[in-house]
Amino acid sequence: MSTTQIPAQTPLPIPKTIPRSEEEIAARIKALEALMIEKGIMTTDAVDRLAEIYENEVGPHLGAKVVAKAWTDPEFKARLLANATEACAELGIGGLQGEDMIAVENTDTVHNAIVCTLCSCYPWPVLGLPPNWYKAPPYRSRMVRTPRQVLRDDFGLDIPESVEIRVWDSSAELRYFVLPQRPEGTENLSEEELAQLVTRDSMIGVGQPLRPEPARS
Amino acid sequence: MNGVHDLGGTDGLGPVEVEKDEPVWHADWEKAAFTMFPTNSVKGYFGVDEFRYGIEQMHPAEYLLSPYYDHWAHTIEHYTVKAGAIDPEELDKRTKYYLENPDAPVPDRKDPELVSLMETIVHQGGSARRDSDRPAQFTVGDRVRIKENSPFGHTRRARYIRGKTGVIEAAHGTFVYPDSAGNGLGDDPQHVYTVLFRAADLWGQEEADPNQTVTFDVWEPYLERA
Repeated sequence: MSTTQIPAQTPLPIPKTIPRSEEEIAARIKALEALMIEKGIMTTDAVDRLAEIYENEVGPHLGAKVVAKAWTDPEFKARLLANATEACAELGIGGLQGEDMIAVENTDTVHNAIVCTLCSCYPWPVLGLPPNWYKAPPYRSRMVRTPRQVLRDDFGLDIPESVEIRVWDSSAELRYFVLPQRPEGTENLSEEELAQLVTRDSMIGVGQPLRPEPARS
Repeated sequence: MNGVHDLGGTDGLGPVEVEKDEPVWHADWEKAAFTMFPTNSVKGYFGVDEFRYGIEQMHPAEYLLSPYYDHWAHTIEHYTVKAGAIDPEELDKRTKYYLENPDAPVPDRKDPELVSLMETIVHQGGSARRDSDRPAQFTVGDRVRIKENSPFGHTRRARYIRGKTGVIEAAHGTFVYPDSAGNGLGDDPQHVYTVLFRAADLWGQEEADPNQTVTFDVWEPYLERA
């Protein structure tokens, strides 16, 4: 073992009421924020800017762009599956919590899904910040044990027993996302139209891409 | 540590609760807690592995019941107090003030350089890859077992894979080792591999889905040949 000495744990004090109320949490964090602003550790404009980036600029529309390009450009798809970080960088996509990304491809025989059982690891540059359910105990606990049931009962996604479900537990600093299968009947759609069909859930592996609007006859 | 955060395979935690049209931010305090991560991280108060260890040391009941970004606030408070950047008494006093005056604003302060640094961090990130001369002991296709150790400090060796056997699916090169860095002991880069497990080898033949697999990324010291 390379670690010869483990420091003693320094547990945080057990709060008197568990959990703290929303008012107590808000006040505690506001107090922490105020002190950090006074000390110059953080600023109000840094809060505003980061909030805006993840609200409007970095989100699943970027992953959708990557998926749509992979659906229409076989050479890009090959590069994406070989090195997702580099392929995404071609589209100007990458950064925090996606320094080393891996795309896993759904096929007729394998359905992929991602989870982080130990915390909340998620590929921010392509999917944005994770939804609460991804970070909450039910999904994290059950997804590695009974994924077929979770997909069916909790997400309405029925994966036939003939298809292997492969769950990627993001336990290290590699960040996974799913390359879903291109829906049928999309042969005539442009890359931009295809991107509209790619949902966040389809890139987590808990959903399928949307179906195109039926053509009017 | 064998903490409550290590949730893989735990039963009884209920259905997944999907919030329809969930917003990125549910409250302003979430934005503040989020911003504390990169801003305090560049100050050197914690690395990402230490950050996770701080969350793991929350009381288990509170960990399971509290909103997500409150976990971040806990670990950030833990490390900034430890670093002497935040005075706990001052924090208690200010918390009381905001409890009594919930609409009172935080001090206004702008710093274009910090905003620009945050934009750079968002767009460039910071890889946990580290060079190392250590030769890789394993290769793709090797059958490996996760050693049974249950370390007391920070580790990513989840309980549900300990003692289990799988096959190396991919080799990724050398990265910061959380069992060292998370415990404040330095990067100690180690080879990282993706190990593929059959569900039957994790949960037993009787319970497992016969057509399910799980992959888990491990650092080389977790592994032994099977």
